[in-house]
Amino acid sequence: MILLEVKSLSKEFDGLRALEGVSFNAEGGEILGIIGPNGAGKTTLFNLISGIYPSSAGEINFQGKSILRMKAHQISCLGIGRTFQIVRPFQNLDVESNVLVAFGHRFYPSLWKSTGPFRRPEIVKEIATLIERAGLRPYAKQIAKNLPLGFKKRLEIARALALKPRLLLLDEPSAGLRFEESAQLMELIRQVRDQGIGVLLIEHNMQVVMDLCKRIVVLDHGSKIAEGSPEEIRSNPLVIQAYLGKEA
Amino acid sequence: MISGYLITILIIIAIYAMLAHSLNIITGHAGQISLGHAAFFGIGAYTSAMFYTEAGFPFWISVPLAAVVAGIVGALLGIPCLRVRDDFLAITTMGINFVVEAIFLYIPFFGGAMGIGGINLPKWFGREMTKPEYFILILIVFFLLLLLDRRMGRSWIGLAWASIREDEQAAGAMGVDVVRFKVLAFILGSAIAGLAGGFYAHFLTFIMPQNFGFGQSIVVLSMVVFGGIGTRWGPIVGAIILGVLPEVSRPIMEYRTLIYGVLLLGMMRFQPGGLLGSGSILSRTFQRLSITYGSKGESQ
Repeated sequence: MILLEVKSLSKEFDGLRALEGVSFNAEGGEILGIIGPNGAGKTTLFNLISGIYPSSAGEINFQGKSILRMKAHQISCLGIGRTFQIVRPFQNLDVESNVLVAFGHRFYPSLWKSTGPFRRPEIVKEIATLIERAGLRPYAKQIAKNLPLGFKKRLEIARALALKPRLLLLDEPSAGLRFEESAQLMELIRQVRDQGIGVLLIEHNMQVVMDLCKRIVVLDHGSKIAEGSPEEIRSNPLVIQAYLGKEA
Repeated sequence: MISGYLITILIIIAIYAMLAHSLNIITGHAGQISLGHAAFFGIGAYTSAMFYTEAGFPFWISVPLAAVVAGIVGALLGIPCLRVRDDFLAITTMGINFVVEAIFLYIPFFGGAMGIGGINLPKWFGREMTKPEYFILILIVFFLLLLLDRRMGRSWIGLAWASIREDEQAAGAMGVDVVRFKVLAFILGSAIAGLAGGFYAHFLTFIMPQNFGFGQSIVVLSMVVFGGIGTRWGPIVGAIILGVLPEVSRPIMEYRTLIYGVLLLGMMRFQPGGLLGSGSILSRTFQRLSITYGSKGESQ
């Protein structure tokens, strides 16, 4: 079943075309790689899907429903979680509260339910499971800003998972990580996929992308230039040209 | 018995503490800087004064109405504030303060520069309340507000505010309706400021626009920052210290503002989180004490 359908999506910033007519589909239980040189429009694409910016034109359908005009909080409540390229945990809150914020998405729409206390045993237990799965149990009471980068990235994933998402958007999860840290994170991403969650993965580390993804979409200068399996992408002349430039 | 002077100081400090507490909801909890909080204090004071003197409503109705009107105006004025952040929000709220003050000053309906007089202390049991009784009334109301604050802090609303304070965009991506929760903070903070304004008007018995100017906003913000922004008791401690200071420093009247300034500057330099902020000397001492004396209570 098609989870996310993006159709000829465009975004213009004051005359600058950041994204032009991009189309692709994503499915549950699959990791779809999004690659492309710097400035190709990858993060812009994420910001459009997650509702941080309004799109200029095109369609975005999630589970058969248009989310094009929805606000960020509505989209996240529908089941699209995301992480950020430059990590953005709630710096002065502890790990537990970070995850709790996202867990509360089911209470926020009702003002009355929002007045309820968040420290209830069944909720604390569920949060503990999420934290445990992200390998952050010993740090549950630590303030987010004191965590090393690798843990902050895992915290962002745990937080996004608290939304009970069907689709997860991961923006360069391995950037800035040591090899082991990155390997652990990829293992976490595999587990997420195995739960049947669809994953869109922006990644610069080609080895990671080729390892994890069955399908890859390549963007360059805001347009899609290729889509296919890792093997097809590796040998696609357009992709090689985008990354290495044309031979003189 | 307590002298009239002392009880006057106590009442004024209690009202300021309530006002600082209300600003703390907007600026401390939800992280929205406001340099114009005195506007809502003023709206409350004027609402209560008008209903009392013009419409003849008793104190017990005019003061709650002050909270309601200030809350509604807070919601309306909160909407333009949704579009701006940080320093722009600071300027916008400051502008709101000047506009509100100007309305009180230039519209004859509100008494103009002469202000409004003839507002009295509330009546009960067929007589006017004494000052100590009025002080206790304020304390009771304040106590209820603090209970509400505690409940809020433990609720999803408190968590949503914290997430907005930390990172608005990330909060939105985590399902927090940023607009709704910001407006809620503006409404609650403005309504409580209005309530404090109602108490203030009935105590002073005479109000004028200058009582609610920009300077007043800065004083309240200083109290919040001084005591510990975002903490429950910080703004109260700040109101007590900064409220008592001008009184005890009467003998050195001429250097008063100097001391005030030095104190704030020192605070910024050595205890940026405020007296009761996390990591401050006081809060660490409390923590150590509670560990030393092996109590099972919370260490905050």
